[in-house]
Amino acid sequence: MAENQAQRLLAGLRSALAEVPLLGWLLGMVAAVIVEYLVGAPLARALGLGRVPLLFGVDLLFKSPLLVPSALAYMVLVYALPVGSVALVTRPLANRAAEKLMVLSPVVSVVVHVAVFYVGLHSWALLNDYRVLVVKLTLLAVMLTLSLNLVNGYMGEFSCSHPGFMALGAYTSSVLTVVAFVGSERFGPPLLPSALGPFLFPLALIAGGLVASLGALTVAIPSFRTRGDYLAIISLAFMLVVKSLIENLEVVGGARGFMGQPDWAGLTTVFVWAVACVAMINSFVRSTMGKALNAVRDGEGAAEAMTVDTRRTKMVTFLFAAFWAGVAGGLYAHVMRYVNPGGFGLQKLAELLAMVYLGGLNSVVGSAAGGVGFMLFSEALRPLEIYKWIIIPVLLILVMIFRPTGLIAFREFDMVSLVRPKGAPTRRRGVPHVAAQD
Amino acid sequence: MNVFLQSVVNALQWGSFYALIALGYSMVYSVLMLFNFAHGDIFMVGAYVGLFVSTALVGLGASGVLALPNWLILVLTIILAAILTSFVGMLVERVGYRPLRKAPRASAALTGLMIGIILQTGNLALLGARRRSFPTLIETTTFEFAGVTVTNTKIVIVLVSILLMIALHQFVRRTKWGMAMRAMAYDFVVVPLMGVPINTIAALTFGLGSALAAVAGILFGLAYPVLEPYMGILVGWKAFVAAILGGRGSVLGAGLAGFLLGFIEIFVALLFPSTFRDLIAFSIVIVILTFRPHGFFGEAYSARLRL
Repeated sequence: MAENQAQRLLAGLRSALAEVPLLGWLLGMVAAVIVEYLVGAPLARALGLGRVPLLFGVDLLFKSPLLVPSALAYMVLVYALPVGSVALVTRPLANRAAEKLMVLSPVVSVVVHVAVFYVGLHSWALLNDYRVLVVKLTLLAVMLTLSLNLVNGYMGEFSCSHPGFMALGAYTSSVLTVVAFVGSERFGPPLLPSALGPFLFPLALIAGGLVASLGALTVAIPSFRTRGDYLAIISLAFMLVVKSLIENLEVVGGARGFMGQPDWAGLTTVFVWAVACVAMINSFVRSTMGKALNAVRDGEGAAEAMTVDTRRTKMVTFLFAAFWAGVAGGLYAHVMRYVNPGGFGLQKLAELLAMVYLGGLNSVVGSAAGGVGFMLFSEALRPLEIYKWIIIPVLLILVMIFRPTGLIAFREFDMVSLVRPKGAPTRRRGVPHVAAQD
Repeated sequence: MNVFLQSVVNALQWGSFYALIALGYSMVYSVLMLFNFAHGDIFMVGAYVGLFVSTALVGLGASGVLALPNWLILVLTIILAAILTSFVGMLVERVGYRPLRKAPRASAALTGLMIGIILQTGNLALLGARRRSFPTLIETTTFEFAGVTVTNTKIVIVLVSILLMIALHQFVRRTKWGMAMRAMAYDFVVVPLMGVPINTIAALTFGLGSALAAVAGILFGLAYPVLEPYMGILVGWKAFVAAILGGRGSVLGAGLAGFLLGFIEIFVALLFPSTFRDLIAFSIVIVILTFRPHGFFGEAYSARLRL
């Protein structure tokens, strides 16, 4: 009898949770962050943690494994319970709000969702500088993973030049901001008042992206003349050329690196760029050209016969991917406020490839998951020092053996269908119907 | 003139390393259509295996159990290390590549990269960050020809690598195993139906390539007797580029391109500041591939990309 009741309760809970729209979950997230502000520190002390676990407790996983149960308890009390209960309680409200937004315009609805998510993320990160840095780097990792996925997943080639594009973007935008707004011994006083800086910073990033695209052109012209593995080799050679070129450019510090970038890449800036990147790449891969791109991957001859301009498709995709890698590189330079050519080498390439193939080819969600998962994992394994670089490769090999295209591969990502209200279908009358594309 | 000839000698020595490693890349690439990105690290493993074998043999001599002349120790080291490292190569194939034969090729390339990282880090974890020095097996004698200094080490290195290259070429051209390898490079689908044991051939390809890489590692140890876990990365990637320059499926091409890369690097370092070496060498590679996309000896082919 009791068992039956428990089962019924569980089923009820499950169907109730199924009715929670995305907006409800996001509200829950904001609530959890508020709870953490209010009771986080005392609760952490009471649980014997000393301080608030910074990254969902993964940072404690190997540093002090004995604290993991307390960290788990903290997760449940501060994150899971508030998120779940607020999502459940606000379910009707959130559904009605989501419906109103949807009626207003799907675009507005998406923007509001992203904004609520941002409020939650930002206030979560603000608790600690380490969190801010990790969130920034994770967003950049997602951008880089997605843009590399464009080439390695959607286009089906093997490109090794992403660290090179990053380096081009990083150095271009750094030089621009330093010359224009900061000034240095080598470049003389700043050319423009620094008050203009934050407004012109996006232009510097875009310039970095364009230079990266220009570099991509020198890879694309020789590699796309013939079908085959040339991209892999030429892009590898290109990456080593870029690295070596920067090492020899004394103007930007050579192998010692380049520093003094202004501190303009705040969390908001990085978040806005990351959202722009995801949105643009997602709409690119769902456009006609994106579909043509998949056709080129699956059979270049057949695509050509179906009037796809294969060479142009590949070129545009490659330059587009390089552009975003350049922008991400520029942001990276301004987040770290120091770059050196050694950071854009084979190690970086291995990390980027790991993120792409871990997350999954041909999938925006997979790239986001790969970037976030890899960053969290890599922070968790940090206390293990060099053994980290045995565990990560072993796990990746296992992923490759059991899921050769990655964990979440070949998934279409449709933000509009995500933000739809959930629950009884009768309530959804009047909502503009957007065909789910599969 | 003397400087020029001296550089030719040095380039021949560097080219030998690249050529021997490039052969392994080239064989795996042509037979299995795979980038074996772990190959540079197998070169490193080969050097370390050679170090341990030779140290053990020298130790045997020192303790009076079995005193061998140095040349015999070198020959034994090369043979034993080649055999042991070829097992490492076959293991890599079995663990990292065979389960992925049906997977997209890029996934297999990634496993190779990861196996390489495991080999580097594993070495670092097992042996520590201390650099190790290779025992001196050849007393260096210096010869002077017309103002050019040639050491006997250099002669041994160049001779051994050229001999091995010719031997491999003959093996691929003349033996039944070599014929099976060439057949598999030609067609991956029908050839197994003709009774060619595909797994054995794959293992053989990896084993042979790794053995050559081990020899390269030992020769490298003779010339530059300081070993460290990351020594294989850059040399390996450069040899990979040489393998592609040579052309797919061409043993001679890979060997010659290895020597060519050695020449480019040494002469760039001669004419420009040495920090420009990678920059100019790889720019030349890009230019060459722009005009000869199939390499020097490769035939035009259409890659069967499985993704």
